Amino acid sequence: MVLVEQSLNGFQFGLLLFLLAAGLTLVFGIMDFVNLAHGSLYMMGAYFAATFTAWTGSFILGVLLALGATLLLGIVLEFVALRHLYGRDHLDQVLATFGLILFFNDAVRLIWGPAGLALPLPAWLTVPVQIIPGVYYPAYRLSIIIVALAVAALLYVVVMRTKIGMLIRAGASNREMIGALGINIKLLFTLVFGLGAALAGLAGLMQAPILTVQIGMGENILILAFVIIVIGGIGSIRGAFLAAIFVGMIDTLGRAFLPDLLRMVLSSAAASTAAPALSSMLIYLLMAIVLVVRPEGLFPAAKR
Amino acid sequence: MKLQINTSNVVVALVAAGLLLLPLYSQLTGNIFILTLFTRIIIFALAAASLNLIMGYGGMMSFGHAAYLGIGGYAVGILAFEGIGSGFIQWPVALVASALYALVIGALSLRTRGVYFIMITLAFAQMAYYIASGMSRYGGDDGLTIYKRSNFGGLIDLSNRVQFYYLCLGCLFGGIYLIWRIINSRFGLVVQGIRSNEQRMQAIGYHANRYRLVCFVISGTICGLAGALLANNTDFISPAGMYWTRSGELMVMVVFGGMGSLFGPVIGTIFFLLLEELLSQFTEYWALIMGPLLLLIVLFARGGIMGLLGRFNRG
Amino acid sequence: MKKTFWLAGAMALALAQPALGADSIKIGFVSTFSGPTAAIGNDMRNSFELALDHLGRKMDGKPVEVIYEDDGQKPDVGKQKTEKLIQSDKVDFIVGYIWSNVLLASLKTAVDAKTFLISANAGPSQLAGELCSPYVFSTSWQNDQTPQAMGTYMNQKGVKSVFLIGPNYAAGKDMLAGVKSTFKGQVVGEEYTVWPSQLDFSAELTKAKNSKAESIFVFYPGAAGVQFLNQYAQAGIKAQIPLYTAFTIDELSLPLQKENALGVPGAQQWVNDLPNPENKKFVEDYRKKYPNLRPTFYGAQSYDAANLINSAVVAVKGDTTKKDAMKAEMEKANFKSVRGPFKYGKNHIPIQNFYLQDVVKDADGQLALKTVATIVKDSQDGFHDKCPMK
Repeated sequence: MVLVEQSLNGFQFGLLLFLLAAGLTLVFGIMDFVNLAHGSLYMMGAYFAATFTAWTGSFILGVLLALGATLLLGIVLEFVALRHLYGRDHLDQVLATFGLILFFNDAVRLIWGPAGLALPLPAWLTVPVQIIPGVYYPAYRLSIIIVALAVAALLYVVVMRTKIGMLIRAGASNREMIGALGINIKLLFTLVFGLGAALAGLAGLMQAPILTVQIGMGENILILAFVIIVIGGIGSIRGAFLAAIFVGMIDTLGRAFLPDLLRMVLSSAAASTAAPALSSMLIYLLMAIVLVVRPEGLFPAAKR
Repeated sequence: MKLQINTSNVVVALVAAGLLLLPLYSQLTGNIFILTLFTRIIIFALAAASLNLIMGYGGMMSFGHAAYLGIGGYAVGILAFEGIGSGFIQWPVALVASALYALVIGALSLRTRGVYFIMITLAFAQMAYYIASGMSRYGGDDGLTIYKRSNFGGLIDLSNRVQFYYLCLGCLFGGIYLIWRIINSRFGLVVQGIRSNEQRMQAIGYHANRYRLVCFVISGTICGLAGALLANNTDFISPAGMYWTRSGELMVMVVFGGMGSLFGPVIGTIFFLLLEELLSQFTEYWALIMGPLLLLIVLFARGGIMGLLGRFNRG
Repeated sequence: MKKTFWLAGAMALALAQPALGADSIKIGFVSTFSGPTAAIGNDMRNSFELALDHLGRKMDGKPVEVIYEDDGQKPDVGKQKTEKLIQSDKVDFIVGYIWSNVLLASLKTAVDAKTFLISANAGPSQLAGELCSPYVFSTSWQNDQTPQAMGTYMNQKGVKSVFLIGPNYAAGKDMLAGVKSTFKGQVVGEEYTVWPSQLDFSAELTKAKNSKAESIFVFYPGAAGVQFLNQYAQAGIKAQIPLYTAFTIDELSLPLQKENALGVPGAQQWVNDLPNPENKKFVEDYRKKYPNLRPTFYGAQSYDAANLINSAVVAVKGDTTKKDAMKAEMEKANFKSVRGPFKYGKNHIPIQNFYLQDVVKDADGQLALKTVATIVKDSQDGFHDKCPMK
């Protein structure tokens, strides 16, 4: 029973990470663009949602407005600054978007103050529900699972079954080709970036009620998202999905069961010091192992 | 190597002379703090120079260089804590530990390329960070205070501000001289050749990854030296100095100054740390200026400050 | 080219700040004013400024000059700022320090320079024990004291078993060890989470729920406290297992925790409604001067720090070179603290009362912290024996 519940925790955490990683891997895979500011868009999504919810008094309305606002912000950002960085060195992109992180964090502090915001849930989402007899699960976490799975399915349909999806796939595997086909690349890129931004915003506002809205909330989780897309193989949505679930599971189950496992082989005192250090390293260890064995991730999108 | 008189060389010479004469200025004006500030800048410049060796000349974007600062520092701190105060033991241990760490993670990381390399070096540095945080005997997350600086007999007194300053400056100039010798040696030319065209160098019979690995280890060792200096400078070592943001800052210093330019990292570090110090005195919102500045430098000033100075010669 | 030199010149000038008139009392204040925890630093600064207002911005007739420096929550930056304040600004006192690791990094600089350092928050065990110094005073507590009080309260309530959760860093371990040292019931589980990057506590909450413990104790300062409380409430455990806390609910986190914090007890040496006139004045004037904000214990400690300094300056009639006399005066804790009277141990850590605080709705219908009871009187830290000072 505990195992079921902990697995569900891991699954849900993985899906949460997928929302963030999906946008990142899209932008990375198609434009070959490393966007550290993805974490800032995630933060902006949460701040927008908290602000709009407070204004309108409706959680759903606030969320929808916030999604639109992040989409718009992403498009503006791409248009003003980031499109000049396509085709540049990855290092340049990392540094420029690192600068954007600094900027966004301080801009948020200037506008909303340093204390952070609250995004309270409507009452119907705060109750635990019984999923199987004897196992209760928070309704909101359940709704995250549903929304994330829906987004994953939608992305799958868009990428595999539509013309835009075809171009996206073509772009991920061979950038020159779509140019040769006479497609307006600039427009496609702006569109994809906006989509990625909206996904980041969605991830941010979905997590906000669980993790609070605060400055710098994007940074810790951004590193996790990068770990996921690197494990999954850059540019691969399927890879990001599987890697996200994998990382979520490993992280949660590691924290849940590692201390007890270690206690079986080590003394109790040694185990309780070693376990947290080990479980915090687990994800990085996983990434290092994956990269040593498969230097291009588990599901490389393209052979370059 | 013919020494040319051009803007960048003049600036480099002026900066070097300024650094040499700084203690004099500090004595004359009674401004001790400027010496303290520049000691720290010089140590970070050495770390940035070591990163420049693999980033600028070797084409390896390491996002985990802060780990060496930590390893070098912890070698000094742990030995001091265990009662071994001699610098003749502490410093070699710091260098060897950094070199060994670089050897192991280099051998594993160099299987990957590009962004994957950036991420795997980050992963290893994060692991080092968590290991340091877990060492409860040595203060864990709170860090470790170093009560006595490394003892070099009567040779040099590290607690004397001016002597320590000149030691750091000596290490910086020595490090840069070493890097200059390396990049102009046959070995260095091969490494740079691999960076611009790996397949060709492989084809003429060079084992690219072995050259890369040696370069990676040298860089890590120099950065470990910077770590030992930094621990002595702050009398303190903590995992916070190994966090990934510190690795990012080192990259920014290199790029500010100009990647692949011998003195670029020194200029970049001075610029970055002074700007940070000054902006934070004027406003708490210094990142609001620093962030866009970084973006602008990347967009419009490729080659950093040294690149800008180079343009004066052409223009 | 000229521009480069101009810039260099400007930098040199700005770094070589002229020493101001020696006839003022100079105080350096190191805290966190940027990044996610800037709200704490702001509250400390607000309270310190308020204390100076109340003193007429003068100490023994001399004007007071305060220089605020931001440590960015990084130990090496904090150390550098401390050096700047001592070497360049030549301050008479240095105050602040939220974080244990920043304080420990900066300590040696201040002690070596024989500059008085007053910790207005951080209380690592070393400071109370082997690193105690004639030049270092605390207006806060030692880390273990607060959770020890909580453990005592849980005994008083007859709690039989507890599940402990805290972040895996030094203060986190101190906190859990503190509870264990006084709690007489059974500790059925102890979980450490990754600090500061772990955001999701579902695995730990599930374990706590299944452990059949009678209670849960947590220590999560700042935003992590908000996250933990949100998740604790959403998981529906709040109705099943009561929560006890230390440093998890304060006036900064409460507006974000909202109803989730209702009825969750905590222990503290200061609460906003402590019934002494100094405290009333502090809280009322704070809310007047900074509308929409409420003072926290961080602020109260900073307010006390200003008054502690004032007592020393007055005792030597403004002659801050008389360090021994100032030390002797400060050891008496001869000022009106907003927490009520307290004494100093020989290690310069307060011997003080700890109170039980609860979250209630106040007269305006807003959530507020309220003193419920005194848990322990005159609590002294457990490390004073290790302090070599007499």
